[in-house]
Amino acid sequence: MKILRNAAVVPVVASVVTTLAFSGIAMAGWEPKKPVDFVIMAGKGGGADKMARLMQSVIEKHKLASKPFIPINKPGGSGAEALVHLKQKAGDDHTIMVTLNSFYTTPLRQPGLGVDVMTFTPIGRMAEDTFLLWVHKDSGIKNVDEFVKSAKTAGNKWIMAGTGKGQEDQLLTNFLNKAYGLDMKYVPFKGGGRVAKELAGQHANSTVNNPSEQLGFYEAGNTVPLAAFTPDRLPLFKDAPTFRELGQDFVYFMQRSVVGAPGMSKEAEDYYRGVFTKVYESQEWQDYMKKKSLQGAFMTGDELKAYWKQEKEIHKKMLKDIGEI
Amino acid sequence: MEILDHLLQGFAIAFQPLNLGLVIFGCALGLFIGAMPGLGSVNGVAILLPMTFLVPPTGAIIFLAAIYYGAMYGGAISSIMLGIPGASTAVATTFDGRPMALQGQADQALITAATASFVGGTVSVVLFTLFAPPLAAVALAFGAAEEFALMMLAFATFVGLGGDDIPKTLFSIFIGLVLSAVGLDIISGQPRLIFGDITGFMHGINFLVLAIGIYGIGEMLWTIESSKGEVKISQATVTVGRVMDSLRKFKNYGKTTLMGSVLGYFVGILPAAGATPGSLMAYGVAKTISKHPESFGKGNPEGVAAPESANNAASTGSMLPMLTLGIPGSPTTAILLGGMVIWGLEPGPLLFVEHQEFVWGLIASLYAANVFSLLINVAFIPAFIWVLRLPFTILAPLIFVLCIVGGYAPTQDMHDVWLILIFGVAGYLLRKLDYPLAPAVLAIVLGPLAETSMRQALLQSNGEMMVFFQRPISGPIMITAVVLFLLPLFKLLKARWRASKAANPGA
Amino acid sequence: MRRAEFVMACVLGVLSAYLMWKSAELPIGWIPKEGPGGGAFPFWLSAGMLACCLWILLRLFRRSSSVSRSTDTYMDRDAVRLFLLVAGSLTVMLLLIHVVGVYVATPLFLLFYMRFMGGHRWFSTSTIAVATPIVAFFFFEIALHITLPKGVTEPFFYPLYDIFL
Repeated sequence: MKILRNAAVVPVVASVVTTLAFSGIAMAGWEPKKPVDFVIMAGKGGGADKMARLMQSVIEKHKLASKPFIPINKPGGSGAEALVHLKQKAGDDHTIMVTLNSFYTTPLRQPGLGVDVMTFTPIGRMAEDTFLLWVHKDSGIKNVDEFVKSAKTAGNKWIMAGTGKGQEDQLLTNFLNKAYGLDMKYVPFKGGGRVAKELAGQHANSTVNNPSEQLGFYEAGNTVPLAAFTPDRLPLFKDAPTFRELGQDFVYFMQRSVVGAPGMSKEAEDYYRGVFTKVYESQEWQDYMKKKSLQGAFMTGDELKAYWKQEKEIHKKMLKDIGEI
Repeated sequence: MEILDHLLQGFAIAFQPLNLGLVIFGCALGLFIGAMPGLGSVNGVAILLPMTFLVPPTGAIIFLAAIYYGAMYGGAISSIMLGIPGASTAVATTFDGRPMALQGQADQALITAATASFVGGTVSVVLFTLFAPPLAAVALAFGAAEEFALMMLAFATFVGLGGDDIPKTLFSIFIGLVLSAVGLDIISGQPRLIFGDITGFMHGINFLVLAIGIYGIGEMLWTIESSKGEVKISQATVTVGRVMDSLRKFKNYGKTTLMGSVLGYFVGILPAAGATPGSLMAYGVAKTISKHPESFGKGNPEGVAAPESANNAASTGSMLPMLTLGIPGSPTTAILLGGMVIWGLEPGPLLFVEHQEFVWGLIASLYAANVFSLLINVAFIPAFIWVLRLPFTILAPLIFVLCIVGGYAPTQDMHDVWLILIFGVAGYLLRKLDYPLAPAVLAIVLGPLAETSMRQALLQSNGEMMVFFQRPISGPIMITAVVLFLLPLFKLLKARWRASKAANPGA
Repeated sequence: MRRAEFVMACVLGVLSAYLMWKSAELPIGWIPKEGPGGGAFPFWLSAGMLACCLWILLRLFRRSSSVSRSTDTYMDRDAVRLFLLVAGSLTVMLLLIHVVGVYVATPLFLLFYMRFMGGHRWFSTSTIAVATPIVAFFFFEIALHITLPKGVTEPFFYPLYDIFL
C-alpha cells in the first residue's frame, strides 16, 4: 500500500518540481541581448517568407519579445545556404530559422553540406500546410478519374508545374505518376505564386499548389481542386475528396517550423518556445491558419524531434524513388 | 464612367489626414533609402512591413506604396550623383546622368529625372485607371516563352550600347551572363559554379554586388587615379533661376518621356519583368529614335528622361499583376504581396470586385505619392549638390564606406562585400584597357530571367525550338528582336558594299 | 599598354577555361525533349569569353584596335602607388570588420584616408570619422533594423540596444 502510494506521489512531485523549475527559469528570464536573426530558408515573397513576416509582425504587435526579430532571407541552394549558416552558428542564442520541407530534402540531396538536422534545436512547429491537385476550369476535368484519363492520353505532353526540383511538388508529381501510371512532365518554376499563375494562364495542365497559393484563382472560379493530400477533407474545399478516399493511402504535408541553432542554451530555447507558443495562440495566427487551410497543432521539444525523424525517413524513401539520391 | 467614380472615391481615401501624412512620411523615407547605394525599395518595404500592423490595411499599403515610389525617385539620385545605381531599375539612369553630373549639370539631371519620374508616374496611373482589368488578361497569357522573347527584345535594344571594341563588348556581355548563372540551377535543382562549395555563392551573385563593385569601387579608383586624388567631382551650383531653366528645357524631352512612360508601363505589367527591363528598353528605344544617337552616354538629358519615366511607370504597372493575379512583377511587389496576406486581403481576380476601396485607395495614393515625391525631391536638390561640392578626399572615403555598408545590408553576408572589392579592382583594371562594363551589369540583370524562361518553355514544348516563334504573343516579339539584332549587321554590310563599290566603280 | 593588354587577355582566357571546366560538372549538351542541360549556358558562354580573348589577342598582334597601338604606360608609378594605397586600405578595413566590426573599422579607415591621403585638418577629419559610425548605427540598426557586423565589440552594444530598441 505504502509502496503504491509512493509510486503515485513520485510523478506528482516530479512534475511539480519541473514546473517550478521551468517557471523559475521563466522568472529569472533569459532575454535576448541583441536583435534576433530570424533566418528564412527561402526567397522574398514565397510562402515561407510570408509566414515568417507574419510571425514577426505578430511578435512586434503584441510585444512578445524585448528585442526585434530581424528576418534575413537565405534562399541559396534550396535552403542549403541557410542550413549551413545555422550549423556554423552552433551555440548561438540569437539565431533562429523558419523551415519548410527542404529542411529534410536538401541535406539528403547534398550530403556534402555535412548538415544533420537532428542536431538543430526544436522550438516549435507552427503549422502544416496542405496540398491539393488543381486543374484549370476550362479543361472540363471534374474528378481524379477524368484527370487520369486526360493525362494518360497526353502522355509526356501533360505539363505539371511546381516549385523546385527534388522538392515537395515533384515528390507529389512522382507519386501521381506512379500511382496512376502517368508520364507527366514536371516543369519547375520559382515560387508557388508563379506556379499558380501558370495554371490560371493555362501554360500548365495541373499543379499541386498549397491552398494559400491557389485561393485567389479558385475564388474567381478559374481553377478547380480535384483531391487533397490530407487525411480528412479540408473545410475550405469540401467537394474535393482525399486521395485516401480514392483508395490511395497517401498523405503529405509541408511543415512550417521554427528551429534554433544547434547547441542553443536551454534558457534561450525555453524563451523562444514561450514566444512562439504565444504567436501560435494569437488571434492573427489562428485566423491565418483557418483562412489558408493550414493544419497541425503546436509541437515542440522531443515530440518535434520525433516528428522530424519520421518525416526525414519518409523523404529519404521518396527521394530514392525518383532517383534523386 | 464608373471607374472615374471609383478613382474619386480613392482620392477621398488617400486624402484623409492619416493617409496623407503616411504618404508624405513614406515618400521622404523612401527617398533616403533609395538614395543609399545597396538599399532600394525592396529593403525599405521589407523592413517597414511589420510596422504597418499599427494602421488599417488601406493606410498600410498606402504607406508602403509611398516608400516604393520615394525609393524609385531616390534611386536616380545615387545614379546621378555618385554614378552608382542604387537599384537595378536605375542602371540606365547612370549612362547619361553621371556624365551630366561630371559636366557640372547635376542639378539639371536631377530635375530632369524627377520631372520624368513624375510624368511616368502620372501617365501610368492614368493607364492603370483606364485599362486595369482587361490588361490583367494579357499578363495571364504571358508564359515562359513570351518572357524569353521579351528578354531577347531587351537585349536587342542594347546591341549598340557597348563601345567600339566588339570583342571586348561581347566579352563583357558573356561574363555578365556567366556570373548570373552562379548559384542554383532551378531547372535541375543542382548547385552550379559555387567554387568549392563556398556557401556565399549559393545565393548567386546579386546584381547589386557587381554594380556596386564596378561603379562604386572601380569607377572611384579610376576617378582617383585620373584626378590624382585631388579634384572635385563637379562644380554645380543651384539657383532658382537654374531650376526654372531646367524645368523649361524639360518640354524638349516630352516625346521621349511619354514614350518611356507608355513602354515602361506595359513592360511593367508583364509578370517577372518589372521595372528593370522596362527602363533599359526605354533607354535603348530613346537612343534608336533620337536624331543624335551619338550624344547618348555623353550627358544627353533624354537619356535620363527615358529610363526614369519608364521605371516609375513600370512600378505602377507591376502593381497590376500583383493585385489581380497575386504574382509579383518585381521583388518589391513580392513583399507588398506578403503584406496583403498579413492584412488578410486576398490578391486575385476578385480583389477589384470585393475590395474596391482598397484598390482605388491605393491607386489614388500612388498618384499622391508621385506629387509629393517630386516636391520633396526638388526641395532636397540643393542639399545633394552641396554634398557634391565636398573635397574629393572627404567624399571618396565616405562613398567607399557607403558602398561597403550598403553592400552588406541586403544579404547581411561579408562574402558579398569581399566580392564587391574584387569586382571593383577587376573593373578598374579592365576599365583602363577600354573594356566596357555596362553590358556586364545589364547581362547579370537579364541573364537569369532569360535562361530560366527559355528552359521552362523548352520543357513545356518537349524541346521544340519553334515554340518561341509559333505562339501568338511570343512570335511577333521574337521576330522584332531578331530584326533588331540583325539591323546593325545589315547596316554594316551595306556600308561595306557601298565602300567597295565606291573603291572600284568599274565593278 | 600592349603588355598589359596581352597579360589581361591571357588571364581572362585562363579564367574562361576554368569556368568552362567548372560548368561541365553539369550536363552541357542538349537533353532530348527537355532542352539544354544545367551546365550548357555557363559552358557555352564561357567558351564565348575564351573566343573573345583570342580575338582580342589577334587584334593586338595585328595592331587593329586603339589600345593595341597605344604607347602610353598602363599604370605609371603614381597610379600604382594610389591604387595600392586605396585598394590596400579597403582590404585592411574589410579584414578589420571581421575582427573588430564596422564601428571600429570605418572610423580608422576614414581617419587614414582623410588625414593621411587628403591632408585635412585633424578637427574635420575626426568629426567625420566619429559622426559617420554614429549616423550609421541609428540609420541601420535603429531605424531599419539591419544589424551590421561587430566582431569582438559586440558586447559593448548590448546597453545601446537596451536603450534604443
